[in-house]
Amino acid sequence: MTVTSAGMPATGTAPSATGSAPAMPVSFQRRVIRTGLLGAVIALYLCMVGIVPIFNARPLVQGVISLGQAALFLSLFATGFVATRRVAESSSRLIADGAIAGGLSGVALSALVLVGSMVDVRAFMPNASPVLYGILTFNLGTVGFWIPMALGAVLGGLAGAVGLASPRLRRSLFVGLISLFALGLFAGLIRTPMLALPVDELARLLFASDGLTLIGAVVVLVLSVGLHHLQRTRRLDRQFAALPPSQRRRIQIPLIALAAVFVLVLPQGLGSFFAQVIAIVALYVMMGLGLNITLGLAGLLDLGFVAFFAVGAYTVGLLTSTAEFGIAQWPFWAAVPVAVIVAMVFGAFLGLPILSIRGDYLAIATMGFGEIIRILAGSDLMKPLLGGPRGIINIPKPIEVPPDSLLAGPNQIYYIALIGAALIAFVAWRLRASRLGRAWIAIREDEDVAEAIGINLIQTKILAYMLGAAFAGLGGAVFAALVGSIFASSIQLMVSINVASLIIVGGMGSIPGVIVGAIFLIGLPELFREFSEYRFLFYGIALIAMMQLRPEGLLPSRIVRREFQHGGGDEPPESSTSPLAL
Amino acid sequence: MKASLIERLTEGAIATFLWLLRVAVVLVVVVGSALTIMSGRYSLEVYVGLVVSGLTLGSIYALIALGYTMVYGILRMINFAHGEIFMAGAFAGYFVVTASDKLGFLNQGPVTAMITIVVAILVAVAVATPIALLVEKIAYRPLRNAPRLVPLISAIGASFVLQYTFRGFFGPGIYSYPTVDFLDQTLPISGVIVRYVDVIVVISAFVMMTGLYLFVMRTKLGTAIRAVSEDKDTAALMGIDVNRAIVTTFGLGAAMAGAAGVLYALLFRQVFFLTGFVPGIKAFTAAVLGGIGNIPGAMLGGLFLGQVESIGPTLFLDGFNVPSPNQLKDVIAFTMLVLVLVFRPSGILGERIARSRA
Repeated sequence: MTVTSAGMPATGTAPSATGSAPAMPVSFQRRVIRTGLLGAVIALYLCMVGIVPIFNARPLVQGVISLGQAALFLSLFATGFVATRRVAESSSRLIADGAIAGGLSGVALSALVLVGSMVDVRAFMPNASPVLYGILTFNLGTVGFWIPMALGAVLGGLAGAVGLASPRLRRSLFVGLISLFALGLFAGLIRTPMLALPVDELARLLFASDGLTLIGAVVVLVLSVGLHHLQRTRRLDRQFAALPPSQRRRIQIPLIALAAVFVLVLPQGLGSFFAQVIAIVALYVMMGLGLNITLGLAGLLDLGFVAFFAVGAYTVGLLTSTAEFGIAQWPFWAAVPVAVIVAMVFGAFLGLPILSIRGDYLAIATMGFGEIIRILAGSDLMKPLLGGPRGIINIPKPIEVPPDSLLAGPNQIYYIALIGAALIAFVAWRLRASRLGRAWIAIREDEDVAEAIGINLIQTKILAYMLGAAFAGLGGAVFAALVGSIFASSIQLMVSINVASLIIVGGMGSIPGVIVGAIFLIGLPELFREFSEYRFLFYGIALIAMMQLRPEGLLPSRIVRREFQHGGGDEPPESSTSPLAL
Repeated sequence: MKASLIERLTEGAIATFLWLLRVAVVLVVVVGSALTIMSGRYSLEVYVGLVVSGLTLGSIYALIALGYTMVYGILRMINFAHGEIFMAGAFAGYFVVTASDKLGFLNQGPVTAMITIVVAILVAVAVATPIALLVEKIAYRPLRNAPRLVPLISAIGASFVLQYTFRGFFGPGIYSYPTVDFLDQTLPISGVIVRYVDVIVVISAFVMMTGLYLFVMRTKLGTAIRAVSEDKDTAALMGIDVNRAIVTTFGLGAAMAGAAGVLYALLFRQVFFLTGFVPGIKAFTAAVLGGIGNIPGAMLGGLFLGQVESIGPTLFLDGFNVPSPNQLKDVIAFTMLVLVLVFRPSGILGERIARSRA
C-alpha cells in the first residue's frame, strides 16, 4: 500500500501539474515507459531494502502467497495500473500498455536475478541473496530468470484490464483485495480470541496460525466483493449524518457504551503477547494525549518529551525499587503523584528559558533537552544515583495479583494506562473549552496577535509545558511499572518522535486522532515485531505522505481542519469559539 | 492592576532565572577551567592535541553546517534529512576506499592514497547530490507554501526513510573503513602530534568552503541564490528562476555534506546507517551558532563548536572530577545549542531573524 502512495506524487496526479497541454496521444508511450521504469525502481527497491525477502517469512494466505510476494505483485500491478490510468483507449491497447509497463518493471527484476547469479554482493548487501532470487523465480533459480518479466507483463496487463471494468466493479475488487490484506495481516489477532469462544471451528477453518487459509481467503474475497458490489443503500455515515440530533444521540449512546465494553474486555483472552501490545498502545495514547496539549492545542512542537518521560520513570524507579538504587520502597501508587509533580517542575524549569523560542527552533531546542537528559541518565556522572547503563531494576508491579487473575501481567498496565488516558482526555477536553484552552489555541494561531489581545504568553506557555510534562511523567511512571525496570537505553529520542508523530498522523488537537494515531503508528508496528527494522521506514513514508495528502491528520479537530482548508493558518478561522467536537 | 503586578513579578522571576542560568554556565566554564589547569593533570601537548582534533572535527561540522544554513536561508526550513545525506556520502566513500584497498592500490604510497581519497570524495558528492535533490523533489517541493511545521515533519520523515533505506540495503552492521597507512603517520614536527589525516581533512574542507564561498559570491547562479534567500517573490519578479536557485542550493549543500561524510569516515574509520544523526544535529547547532543563513557564520560556528566539543569536557568538567567527562561532550554541544537559541538566536555573525519568522 505504501508503495503506491510513494509512487503517486511522481506519476499519479500529472494533469493538474502540467496544466496547459491536455494529454496528447504522443506522450502516451513515453508515459507508459516512464511509469514502467519508475515501477522498476520501486520493485528493485522493495527487493533490495529487504521488504520482499524478509516479509516472505509471513504468509498472507497459508501455502499460497506470502506477504513479501504480495508486496512485489502489488508493486507490479500498481505499475500497470498507474500506466493505464486516465487514458481513454481501446481495450487491447490498455492491456498492452499495462503489460509493457509491468513487463519493464519485471525486466529489472530479471536483470537482478541474472546479475545476482554472477556477482555475489552479499558481503555488503545482505538482501541480494539466493533467498530473494528464489522468491523472484519461484525457486527455479537462474534458469527461471524470465519469470519476473512474464509475471510483470501478466500483472500489468491484468491491471490494464481492470481499467476496463466499470468503476463500481473496480471499487468492489479493490475493497476485496484490501479486506484480504487486512484480514491476512491480522489473522493471528482475530484467531486467538475466536479460539477461546465457541466459534473455534470456524476460526480454524478460516485462519491459519499466521495468515488466512485458502478457504478463508476465498470466503473473504467473495464476501467482501459481493457485499460491496451488491450494496445499494447510501453509505451508513451519510445516513447517520442526515438524522436529526435527537435520533442521532439515541444511536450514539449505545454505540459508545458498546465501545466502552469492548475496550474494557479487550485484553482478556488475547494472550500475553497481544495484551502487551495493547498495553503499549494504551500507554502511548496516554502520552499522546499529554503532548496533544502542548503540540495540538498550544502548537508548541516539543521533541524533548522523552526528558519528562525519563524523569517520571526514574522517579518511580528510585522511589519503589527494591533493588540497589531504590531509596524508599514506596508502593507504586504513592510514587506516581511524586513522579508527576517532579516532571512538572522539570517542565517548568526547561520551559522557562525556551519561552521566546518559536516554531522549528523550538523543536530543535527541546530535542536538545531530550538528548541532554538521555546522555546524563546513562553517564558515569549520574551512575551512583541512577545506575548508569545498568539502570534500576526490581520495580514492583502496581497491584500484586495471582498470575491467572484478570489483572495479571500487562493487563493491569493496560487498565492503568486506560484510566490515565481517560483522565487526561477528560482534562484535555475540559481545558480546551476553558479560558486557558482558548488562550492556547490563540497562541497556536498567532503569538503576536494573542499577546496583543491580552493573553499572558508566559503563563500560558509555561502551563502548557508543565501539563505536557506532567502527562509525560505519568507515561514514564507507567512505563517503569510495565517493564519493571528502567535503563538509560529506554530513554530514546524515538519516544519523543513516536509521540509527536502519532499526534501528527492522527490529527493535531483531536482526541480520537491520538487514539487512531497510536493504533496505526504504535500498535501496527508492534504486531509486526519481526519486521521491526522497517518500522521507521514506514513511519518516514507515512509522515511524508501525510504531510502531502492530509497534513491535518487522519481525524483532525474541526479547527485544525478548517485551518488547513483555509490555506496555511495565515488567516485564523473566524469562529474559533465554536464548540469543539470530541 | 493586580494582574499586571503578577505579570511583572513573573517577568522579573524569569529574568532572574535566565541571569542565574548565564552565571551558572559562566561559573562552570571559568571555575572548571581554572581547576583543571591548576590541577596540572594535563601537559600543554595534550591541550594542543585537543585543539588540533577540535579543528579537524570543526571543519567537518562547518562543511555540513553550510548545507543547513543555505537551505534555511533560502527556504526557512530545517533540512532535517541533511545528516542522512552526509551518511550517504560516507557510505559511498566506504565503497571506493574499500575497493581501492582490495585492489591493493590504496596503500602503495601517499600518492595512491591521495588519489583514492579524491576519487572517494568525488563519488560521495556524485551519490549525495542526487539523493538530496530527490528528497527535495519528493518531500519538500510540494510543501513550499505549507505552514512551517509541515515541511519540518516531512523532513523528519525523509530522514527516517533514508536511514532505514540504508539499513535495509546494507544491513545494520558497522562498516570499518580500511586503514590508510599514510593518514596515520604524523607530521614531522616535534612536540605536537598532528596526523596527516587531520591536515588533509582541514585542507580539503577549507578548499571546498572557499570554492563554495566564491561560487555564491561571484557567479550569476550564486547571486541568484542570494537574491532568492533575500526575498523570493521579488527575485522571481526580477526574472530569477527561483526553483533553479533552490535546487542548486540543495545540490551544493549535499555536495559539501557528501564530501564531509568521507572526511568524517576517514577520521573515525567507521560508517553505519545512523552515522549521520549526531553530526547532523551538531552541524545544525554550528549553523545556529554562527548565525543561520550566513555562510561565513556556518564556517565559524562549525570551528567553534569543534573546539568546544574537543576541549570542553577536559577543560570545563575534569576540574570538577566528573567521571569520564568525554561521555558528556554531546551534553556540552546540546547545552550550547540551547543556550545560543535562548540568549542569542541570531548567532555570532547572525543575520537578524525577525521575530515573526523565527
